[in-house]
Amino acid sequence: MNGIHDLGGLTGFGPVAREDDEPVFHADWQRRIFALNMASLAFLGPVDRARHAIERMNSFDYLATSYYEHWIAAIVTMAKDLGYVTDEEIETGRAGETKPLPHPAPNAEMVEGLIRGGMPANRDDVHLKPAFDLGARVRARHIEVAGHTRLARYVRGKVGVVTARHGCHVFPDTVAHDQGEHAQPLYTVRFEARELWGDNVSRRDCVYIDLWEAYLEPAHRGP
Amino acid sequence: MSEHDPDHDHHHDAPASPYHRSARPAERDKALAERVEKIESLLIAKGLVDKAALDKLVDIYENDLGPLNGARVVAHAWVDPDYRRRLLNNATAAIGELGFGGLQGEHMVVVENTPQVHNVVVCTLCSCYPWPVLGLPPTWYKDAAYRSRVVIDPRSVLTEFGTTVDDDVEVRVWDSSAEVRYLVLPERPAGTEHLSEDQLVKLIDRDSLIGVKKVLVS
Repeated sequence: MNGIHDLGGLTGFGPVAREDDEPVFHADWQRRIFALNMASLAFLGPVDRARHAIERMNSFDYLATSYYEHWIAAIVTMAKDLGYVTDEEIETGRAGETKPLPHPAPNAEMVEGLIRGGMPANRDDVHLKPAFDLGARVRARHIEVAGHTRLARYVRGKVGVVTARHGCHVFPDTVAHDQGEHAQPLYTVRFEARELWGDNVSRRDCVYIDLWEAYLEPAHRGP
Repeated sequence: MSEHDPDHDHHHDAPASPYHRSARPAERDKALAERVEKIESLLIAKGLVDKAALDKLVDIYENDLGPLNGARVVAHAWVDPDYRRRLLNNATAAIGELGFGGLQGEHMVVVENTPQVHNVVVCTLCSCYPWPVLGLPPTWYKDAAYRSRVVIDPRSVLTEFGTTVDDDVEVRVWDSSAEVRYLVLPERPAGTEHLSEDQLVKLIDRDSLIGVKKVLVS
């Protein structure tokens, strides 16, 4: 989707506002919503669904609210979509009828194991031959995607060069929508600043961005 | 130190970002606290989360994981050329050698600053960040100003951080759009040859590992 979250290349947000000696959390509710989102991913995940839940916020609300407020929106959206809670329950905090859970909630030990072990996105058992070699010129497809995608708008239609290949990684565009992993080659592609932003920008600058094979096509011209 | 008011510390015409506490009145914080409390008791009652697991999560990300881990990786690479090679070749494995890894660090890539190249990391689409080596990101990393501008105008963003990059140096911006996570290997400052690895660790701060600053000898 062409959501407001896709911010790369906008220039109207002013200077970067920093805070010295910033704490990890600024309020206890931020601690709690962080932990609630992480722990409930066992039922509400995968993480691509969580990212898409934030992207589906109304654009005005997205810009007007803070980071962890996005996480409140995400958990409510996911829990409602999957039928675990209702609006009324969220408003009151009181549980009504409860959909049976497929397994118990992860305990502290399991959560710690998940953090230490991680959730790798690569799939070594998928043996797709990458369509593009290192150094290949590729164009990021000029397409509109209705749902979740990691094809940032600012590279669509632009030509870059493959600088790294990362094996086959699960495809967020389908994973976020329960449409399967569709693991496929993941590339890092280098785009010159002039290709992305215009002829008047620094010749010396460039952006490297990770793109799945489905986002790419061969390019025969430029940059 | 107290929190900056973005309207007063920088440009007077800057919009106050809602990401910053200064833009969020106390009543709003109270309403959010009440809402989160309801969500928490509801999810516990429904069996979707375990209370002890929530506390464990907060404890790990508030107390265990932070930029000190990333600083250790960099200092080790500075004193051990073989380790530096392994780090640039297979960062996930090399970082694992020091005991760091896991969630949001499953696929690490380390990018090296040199006299010709300056690297800086962002996630324009959300706020992806290498948690095992840096902990959770600072507010500015998640905010619209940084995410939007650093790809199109990296040099002015770096200037705001007090970082000057010469015109003949290439600025490479790394947009973390997949599950690959990036860590910058800053240049070791001149005049630090006599310092031990532990002393070097103290010079390396979070911002230099994101790439918005260089490592300086204080």
